[in-house]
Amino acid sequence: MSELLRVEHLKKYFDTPRGLLHAVDDVSFSIERGETLGVVGESGCGKSTLGRCIVHLLEPTGGKIFFKDEDITNIRGERLKESRKSMQMIFQDPFSSLNPRMTVKSIIMEPMIIHKLHQGNEAAQEKAVLEIMETVGLAKRLIDSYPHELDGGRRQRIGIARALALEPEFIVCDEPVSALDVSIQAQILNLMRDLQEERNLTYIFITHDLSVVKHISDRICVMYLGNIVEQCPADKLFASQFHPYTQALLSAIPIAKINAKRERIILKGEITSPIDPEPGCRFAARCLYTKPECLEVQPDLKEVEDGHLVACHLY
Amino acid sequence: MLKRNKKTKKGFWHDAWYRLRKNKSAMFALFILGLLVICAIFADYIAPYPYSLQDYNHTFEFPSRKHLLGTDNFGRDILSRIIHGSRISLLVGFSSITTAIIFGGLLGAVSGFYGGKVDNALMRAMDILMAIPGMLLAISLAAALKPGLTNLVIAIAIADIPGYARVVRAAVLTIKEQEYIEASQCIGASDGRIIFKHILPNCLAPIIVQATLGMAGAILSASALSFLGLGIQPPTPEWGSMLSSARQYIRSYWHMTAFPGLAIMITIFALNILGDGLRDALDPRLKN
Repeated sequence: MSELLRVEHLKKYFDTPRGLLHAVDDVSFSIERGETLGVVGESGCGKSTLGRCIVHLLEPTGGKIFFKDEDITNIRGERLKESRKSMQMIFQDPFSSLNPRMTVKSIIMEPMIIHKLHQGNEAAQEKAVLEIMETVGLAKRLIDSYPHELDGGRRQRIGIARALALEPEFIVCDEPVSALDVSIQAQILNLMRDLQEERNLTYIFITHDLSVVKHISDRICVMYLGNIVEQCPADKLFASQFHPYTQALLSAIPIAKINAKRERIILKGEITSPIDPEPGCRFAARCLYTKPECLEVQPDLKEVEDGHLVACHLY
Repeated sequence: MLKRNKKTKKGFWHDAWYRLRKNKSAMFALFILGLLVICAIFADYIAPYPYSLQDYNHTFEFPSRKHLLGTDNFGRDILSRIIHGSRISLLVGFSSITTAIIFGGLLGAVSGFYGGKVDNALMRAMDILMAIPGMLLAISLAAALKPGLTNLVIAIAIADIPGYARVVRAAVLTIKEQEYIEASQCIGASDGRIIFKHILPNCLAPIIVQATLGMAGAILSASALSFLGLGIQPPTPEWGSMLSSARQYIRSYWHMTAFPGLAIMITIFALNILGDGLRDALDPRLKN
């Protein structure tokens, strides 16, 4: 496998009236071609910001993004437009991510029109729309429908179809199933997996839902307040966790068994403010094992086991 | 099955039309305005006399069977003049509002979409325009330019631009936050495409309401400016200038002022009622 995307020391700070909000703070990782990297973390930990920086919806404050070994951090104009063809995004809310005034056809066709695919030939584009609709499991008769006439699952399929219209290699999925019913979540996840196999797609899958991330990811990053605290292959993470935050997070998964004993780690204290954070480990205020060192030095991501990286002073 | 599909296809506009149709007063206003438009288009055929025909044997005649609304100081038929005057009023109302919407809408869209310094600069400019009372601004513009139809339209349009800029900006600010705007950025759409294809079609509803209400104001301003002698010049019939030339005879010949005034009033009334009706019909919270 070869590396498709590499992020180095990516930072995104937002200027707020109360100070500098460190939404993403020094995040580095890389993704192999055809792989799914799950990014988990609680609300406001910077997962979505990270995804939006990668697809150039937000401009990073610092750091570098490499796509196929090419620095794409600050590309603009035509080069940016060109890169959009290979990188797409699937959005969280299928109710607000589709223009209510556009039909299914015009939504899926729009990227083709913008990038003049199929030689700008409208008939060919329409044929391509029908093909994509079939791929994502949308019936042909829906082609002239408006989004508000369709249910959430179908809408999300439109969102996926729009992302696929440019035949990208890499897709950032920003909580694509969290607005859907559980039964439909499974359909959409399976669709995404099938598409990945067919087209050798690479995903960054952002979610706060641990069961979803377990189902779809090859590797998982756990984020806490703008930092990656733990990163390892998906199956390993659910077997053994090193970072105290990950341990607490996983202990919160309900077990579907009566009388099952589980040791729930209850975190105390509040999430530290991401605005102008203190030096030291971001998690120190809530951690069960805080040492004096944790309050002074921010831990780096270290490899503790083969392919298992943790940012904690305990290891 | 197919038929039902057709019915739901119209979506938003279909629902809005359905709600408007249930509003009796708005439909009545629409009917009146329709009549007015027909009057304006077919004025030459409807009017019983040419608007400038002077009959010195029949000056200052009160309404009679021959002259339904009487004649003026030159013996011209007032009904014919009012019918012809509807052309000017509708033309001025429509074209000044269209001009104001195009410029105000564009300024508002740009200012709302880009935000920051652009927004600040544009909106402060609009504030300056807004600080001057609209009527006063129109009067000074009309006086500075030469009196005439085009300049009247320009004067009224400029005075109306800030209102539209504000309305569109507010609508753009809410729509900008929707995920489909991000989605279209993500597929590489240019800013122009996003503004024209995604943002503006979604803020049409408040613009339409503002336009209908604004048209009433524009017709009134046009009449007022003509009344002051800054708008349409005689002998072209215009309701405001008819009022203006009739005012010196108001004590003896009430019909010369009453009917053009009534024409203005009915038009404004109809536009305002239709505007109110549209506001209710286009409000998605009133889905029924």
